Amino acid sequence: MAGKIITISSGKGGVGKTTTTANLGLGLAMLGERVICIDADIGLRNLDVMLGLENRIVYDIVNYIEGHCRLRQAMVRDKRFPELYLMPAAQTRDKNAISVSDMKRVAHEAAELADYVLIDSPAGIEQGFRYSVTPADLVLIVTNPEVASVRDADRVIGLLEAEGWAPAQLIINRIKPDLVRRGEMLDADTVLDLLAISLLGIVQEDPNILIASNRGQPVVLDDHSIAGQSFRNVARRLRGEDVPFEPLKSPSILQRIFGAR
Amino acid sequence: MGDMPVTLKGTAEGIRLKPVAAAWDDVLRALQVALQEAEAFFRGGRVILEMGERELSKSELVTLRTILDQFDMELWAVLSDNDSTIRTARAYGLRTRLPRSAPQADPEAASAPPGANALLVERTLRSGQSLSFPGHVTLLGDINPGGEVIAGGNVVVWGKVRGVIHAGALGDESACICALELAPSQLRIAGHISRAPDDRRRKARPEIARISDDHIIAEPWT
Repeated sequence: MAGKIITISSGKGGVGKTTTTANLGLGLAMLGERVICIDADIGLRNLDVMLGLENRIVYDIVNYIEGHCRLRQAMVRDKRFPELYLMPAAQTRDKNAISVSDMKRVAHEAAELADYVLIDSPAGIEQGFRYSVTPADLVLIVTNPEVASVRDADRVIGLLEAEGWAPAQLIINRIKPDLVRRGEMLDADTVLDLLAISLLGIVQEDPNILIASNRGQPVVLDDHSIAGQSFRNVARRLRGEDVPFEPLKSPSILQRIFGAR
Repeated sequence: MGDMPVTLKGTAEGIRLKPVAAAWDDVLRALQVALQEAEAFFRGGRVILEMGERELSKSELVTLRTILDQFDMELWAVLSDNDSTIRTARAYGLRTRLPRSAPQADPEAASAPPGANALLVERTLRSGQSLSFPGHVTLLGDINPGGEVIAGGNVVVWGKVRGVIHAGALGDESACICALELAPSQLRIAGHISRAPDDRRRKARPEIARISDDHIIAEPWT
C-alpha cells in the first residue's frame, strides 16, 4: 500500500516549516516508520542542514526529474535511522525547475517506497506552494501565535478549500506560556477559533531548537526538550494514536538560570 | 429584466455569466454595458460562463475574453453540457467543472434563483477570499481578517466580522450591515468608509451599521 503524503506549509516564512518537517521525519522514523522527506524549497534548501545530512548530498530532486539519476540515488539515507531518507532540493536552481506534474510523480513514486512522504513546502502561495500541496493527502499548516502568521495561514487554508486540495490540520509553533498568561500573545484557543481546522499539536518556544538545527540534531532526538516531546507526540498523532495535548509549561527556574543546554 | 441578452450573477465562486440572446454580438454588447454600469463591482472578478447546451466557438471565446480583459476580469470556468463547447474551453486551459470541495458544489445552491436579489451563503470567508453580489447578501459564517463581502444591497452576517464589508456598493446609501459580532477592519456603505475604533475590547454583541448624518454609525441590533 502506498504511503501517506503530507505537505508542511504555512504561507508565511520563518514560522518553522522546515524545523517541523525535520522533527516529524525523525519522530516518525523513531517509531519505526519508513519516511522520505522531500525538500521542495528549490534554490533555498535547508532541510539537509537541519537533518545534518548536508555533506552527503550527491544528487537532488531536480537531477532526478531531469533524468540525470535514479530515484534511489536522489535519496540520502539518514545517519541515525536507516529507514529515513531525505530527497534534497537543488540549490543552484529555482522553483521553475519543477512543475506540478513533476512533483506529483516524484511524491507518488516515493510513497511506493515509504510509509510517510513529508514535503517541506516553500513559503508563499506561488508555484512552489502549488506543486508542494497538489500531491498531498494531508496538509499540515504551521503557524506562530502572532497575527501576521495566522492571517497567512488563513489565506493558505482558504486556497486549499477553494481549489479542492487536501484537508488541513494545524500545528501552532513557538508558543510562549509566560506571554500567553500575561495576555501578550495569542493563545491557542484564539488561533483555533479563527482558523477553525483541527489541531494536531502545540509546540512551545524552545531555545534548544535553534541550537539543535545548527548542529543537525533536531530536538525530537532530545529526551529532555519540551519541544522535542511535542514533536514526538505530533508524530504519534499522525499515526492515528490518541495522545492527549501536553500542558504548557514554563521553563523551570534552573533551566532559566542555566539557559539552554 | 425578462429579456436581457445576458445575465450576470455574483456568487461565492465568481460571477456567473449566462448568455441569453441568440446573437453573440448582442450578448457581448449587453455585457459591455452591464460591466461599465457597475465597474467597481465587477472589476478584477473571475467569471464562470454558463453555456448550457449552447455551442461556443473559438472566436466567440476570444471576443468574450477581450471584453473581460478590459475590466481585469478573468474567464475562469466554462460550464456546459455541449461536448464541443467543453473541448473548446479545455483547449484554452479553462476549467469545465468547479472544484468539488468548493462550499457550493451544487451550482443551484450557489447562485440566487433567476430574478432574485438576495444571496444566502453558508461558509466562512477566509483571508484573501471575496464574495460580491449585486443584491443583498446573508452570510452564515465568519468573515476573517483579509476576507471581504461586497454587495449592492444589505449585508447580514450570522457570525463574526473581522474583515471588510461593503454594503450598497452600487451607491445605495440606505443599505445596512448587521452582524452578530462586528469587529471589522473596515466598513463601507455606498461611498462612506469607516474603520474600526483602535480599542476594540468591547463585549461582543449583535450590531447594525447604517449611514446617519453622513457617517456610518453602529448600534446594538435589537
